[in-house]
Amino acid sequence: MKPKKRKGYLGALAAAAIALGLYWGLVQAPPDALQGNVQRIMYLHIPSILTAYLSFFLVFVGSCLYLWKREKRDDILAYSAAEIGVLFTALTIVEGSIWGRPTWGVWWTWDARLTLTAILLLIFVGYLMLRTLLEDEQKAATAAAVLGIIGFLDIPLIHMSVYWWRTLHQPPSILRPDKAPWENVHPAMLTALAINFAAFLLLYFYLLSLRIRVGEMQEEIKARRLRGGA
Amino acid sequence: MTFLRHTYWLLRKDLLLELRRKESLLTMFFFGALLLFVFHFSFELAPDRVVQMTPALLWLAFMFTGTLGLAQLFQPERDAGCLEALLLSPMDRGAFYFAKVCFTLILMVLVEIVVIPLFWILFNLESWTPVPLLFLVTLLGTVGFCVLGTLFAAVTLRARAKELLLPLVLFPLMIPVILATIRCMEDVLRTGELGDGAPWLRLLLGFDVIFLTAGILIFDRVLES
Repeated sequence: MKPKKRKGYLGALAAAAIALGLYWGLVQAPPDALQGNVQRIMYLHIPSILTAYLSFFLVFVGSCLYLWKREKRDDILAYSAAEIGVLFTALTIVEGSIWGRPTWGVWWTWDARLTLTAILLLIFVGYLMLRTLLEDEQKAATAAAVLGIIGFLDIPLIHMSVYWWRTLHQPPSILRPDKAPWENVHPAMLTALAINFAAFLLLYFYLLSLRIRVGEMQEEIKARRLRGGA
Repeated sequence: MTFLRHTYWLLRKDLLLELRRKESLLTMFFFGALLLFVFHFSFELAPDRVVQMTPALLWLAFMFTGTLGLAQLFQPERDAGCLEALLLSPMDRGAFYFAKVCFTLILMVLVEIVVIPLFWILFNLESWTPVPLLFLVTLLGTVGFCVLGTLFAAVTLRARAKELLLPLVLFPLMIPVILATIRCMEDVLRTGELGDGAPWLRLLLGFDVIFLTAGILIFDRVLES
């Protein structure tokens, strides 16, 4: 199958999965016993932050590979993943605020996990700025790779420090050490979450493949200009 | 051993240059002292609140003066075009990084030796007993700052608006150091010893070790391009 066609299928699949996820989350899953309908935003909130984490992990992998082998392709992967990661992190924070206002009574609070997510966003916004402010492309790629690696190494430390500092966010209700997920969460809720997570993953890889293609095309244009063909 | 010898020579070069020109050190001193005045007029602190705010204010002053120093850290190499010459020489690039870390650290510690007592005098803090321990905690935090700061001063070296970009990139990564140092300093000021601060101190030490190692390993690549 041609790559273009494959991408088209991936996009269609992502759209279908999102539609199914929305249906399951809005219609099939029951409202939460305590929070009512507001809780439904979780079906988007949790998948979007998990995809963002995945994205930053890919930035780290791409950065390491780039510094090691110096191949443009790894740099394009890191750059693309960083951009989409920033998008999903920002989305998570916005969704969290919309949920937090009716539930906690505030749009924002300096709780450990919120702070951590905000710092993550700041680090990778810095990453994108670093890329735009360095004119020489190779230098920008190297600089960004260093930031990608250091940023990722720093995350566990930031996590610890922010956690010791203060905490308020909900303890996890699905991944609990004392109970299996299906024992304390309604099965329809779990299904809704699982479908949405799959949908977000599909969407993520669809966006990533598009963004990588854009990066490759930019390289192609540059190569052609260098040859004097354009 | 070659590593340390190279570090020594590079550090010696930087210190000699600084001793002759005194640019970075003087600007940092002046800026640090200036910040104390700005803090005084911004907060109008009552004596009992001074103790509460001391760690945050001091650390803010050190971070800002440190950033000022970092912005011109690689200036001598750039001005005379000797960065290329240094890179051509058969030295370990890790040593170059380590020398720069030591240099920044020396500058910042010199500034701190002046600014901390000045703070005590200007803000009329009564007890001087926690000062030595406070200084020790600050030193660990400063090491963390220099380790990451030097790396990113090199990374942003060739960027447009590098003076703006450096803090933007550096400060979010510095959050463990900021939190840990301030918590330890608070502890020292309140109790006169490091009681609850022990885990924070461990975090600080871990940070220093991890990023110094990462810096020495990566620095080679940073300069290559």
